[in-house]
Amino acid sequence: MNRTDRLPRLLPGTAAPLTLDEHLARYGPVPLRPAGDLIAEVSAAGLTGRGGAAFPAGTKLAAVAAAAAAAARPGPGQRRRVTAAVIVANGVESEPASDKDAVLLARSPHLVLDGIAVAARATGAGRAWLCLPADQPWLAGSLREAVAARAWAGASPVPVQIQEVPGGYLASQENALVSWLSGGPQQPSFVPPRPSDQGVNGRPTLVQNAETLAHLALIARYGAAWFRAVGVPPEAGSALVTVTGPVRYPGVLEIPLGIPLGTVLAQAGLRPAELHAPPQAVLAGGYLGGWLAWPDAATVPVSAAGLRRAGAALGPGTLAVLPASACGLAQTARILAYLSSHRAGQCGPCTHGLPALAEAFGQIAFARPHPDTIAWAGRLTGLLPRRGACYLPDGGAGLAASALRVFAKDLRWHAGHGPCPPAIRAAREAP
Amino acid sequence: MSDWLRVNPIACEAHGVCAELLPELITLDPWGYPIVAPGPVPPALASHARRAVAACPTLALLLHHEDGATS
Repeated sequence: MNRTDRLPRLLPGTAAPLTLDEHLARYGPVPLRPAGDLIAEVSAAGLTGRGGAAFPAGTKLAAVAAAAAAAARPGPGQRRRVTAAVIVANGVESEPASDKDAVLLARSPHLVLDGIAVAARATGAGRAWLCLPADQPWLAGSLREAVAARAWAGASPVPVQIQEVPGGYLASQENALVSWLSGGPQQPSFVPPRPSDQGVNGRPTLVQNAETLAHLALIARYGAAWFRAVGVPPEAGSALVTVTGPVRYPGVLEIPLGIPLGTVLAQAGLRPAELHAPPQAVLAGGYLGGWLAWPDAATVPVSAAGLRRAGAALGPGTLAVLPASACGLAQTARILAYLSSHRAGQCGPCTHGLPALAEAFGQIAFARPHPDTIAWAGRLTGLLPRRGACYLPDGGAGLAASALRVFAKDLRWHAGHGPCPPAIRAAREAP
Repeated sequence: MSDWLRVNPIACEAHGVCAELLPELITLDPWGYPIVAPGPVPPALASHARRAVAACPTLALLLHHEDGATS
C-alpha cells in the first residue's frame, strides 16, 4: 500500500485522475487524528507553504485553531461570536509559468481533498472552499466529480465547495482571495488582521496552497519522520516545480527540496552540450523571483532559503531557463510591464513606482538607455520593497535588481549601441 | 518596551504631515509617500512619534507596541 517512500509522492504515473478507489489503494485511508497531535506532527515535519511565501504550515494551522478556540470562549464582557473556522484551499495558481497545482489537482484530486479534511479536523473548520482558476473550467469539472464521489462513499467529513476564481495575477494572493470570497473586491488588504484571525466573512480562515494540503494529507498518514526522509538537510520533504525553456521535458517534476538546480534541470532534460549555446540564466520563483546566471546557478540549492541566498526565490516553484538566443533585459521588461498592469493600485509607492520601473526597463531593453535611466531603475528597486500591502512591489523590485546584476554586460551593450537583436525581436513578438 | 512605526500603505494619501513632524525618522519618496527609518522608535522621540501618529489625516501612520497591540 505505502508505495510513497520514493518520489514521486504526490503525482501518480498516469495522467488520468486517480479515482477514489485507486487513491485509497495507493495511499490508504487518511486517519483523522486529534487536532493537537496533527499540528505537532506538521510542525515537526517542517512543512512550509508551497504557494510562494514558504510560511510554516504548522504555525498557520495552530494560529487558526487558536483563533477559533478563542472566539468560541469569549473573555469577560465579550460576546460569543459565530466563529467556526473555514478552510480555503488555494488552487488558483495565477503565476503564469506555473502548472504544478493544476497538474496535481488533475492527477491526484483526492490527495488535496484529503488535505482539506485533515486541515478541517485540525482547526475545527465546518466548511471549505476549493478555489480553482476560472480559465481552466475542466479542472473544476474534474474536482466536482471527485467531491461527489467522496460524498457518495461517505468519505467527506467537511462540505467542500468548488469555487472558480476569475481575475489576473493577484487573484490567488491570500488576502485578495479572502476578500473576494467574502463578497468584497479582489484586492490585497492591510495586515493585520490576518486571515487566521479574521478571514472569510470575519471567520478564522486557513488559506493553504493545494500542494501544501496534499503534503498535509501524507504527513497525517505517514508522519513527520517519513516526510523528512527526503530532502537535503536542513530542507525537509519534496516539492513540485514547473520547468520551462529549452529542455527536453518541460513541465512539472517532484523533487527533493535542497538538491542543486543543475540536477533538477538535468532531470527535466536540459542538455547544455546539445544546445547551440549554453543557457544564459534561470529565472527562479516566477515573476516575483530572481535571475540566476548560468552556469553558477547549477550549484544553487532549490529551496526557499537556498534560492533567497543566491538572490532569487522558490516562490511557487517555477524554474524558467533563458536560452542563449534571448535577451534577459527584454524578458524582464515584459514581465515588469505585466506586473505593472496587474497591480491593484491601492498603495502609493507601488502605484507610482512599479509603472516607473516598468517604463525605465522598457528604455533599458528596447531603446538606448541614458545613464540616468539606468541609475533611476536601480534607485527604484530600493524604493519599492516593504512598502505595499502585498508582496507585488517587493517581488517586482527584486526581479529588476537581479536583472541589472545578472545581465550587466547586456546592459552596457544596450547603453552603448541600443537594443541587441534578440531584444528587437522580443519587442515585436505578441505578448 | 519599544514602539515601532508602521504605515498602512492603502490608507496613506501622501499628505506628508508625518515627515514634517518627525523628520528624524520619516522621509518622503519621490512621490511624497513616507519612508520610515528601520528599527524601533528611540525613547527620546517617542512623544514626537505619538504626535505624528495623531496628526495623520488618514490615520495611516501606526505605532505598534512590542507586545503586539496597535494604536
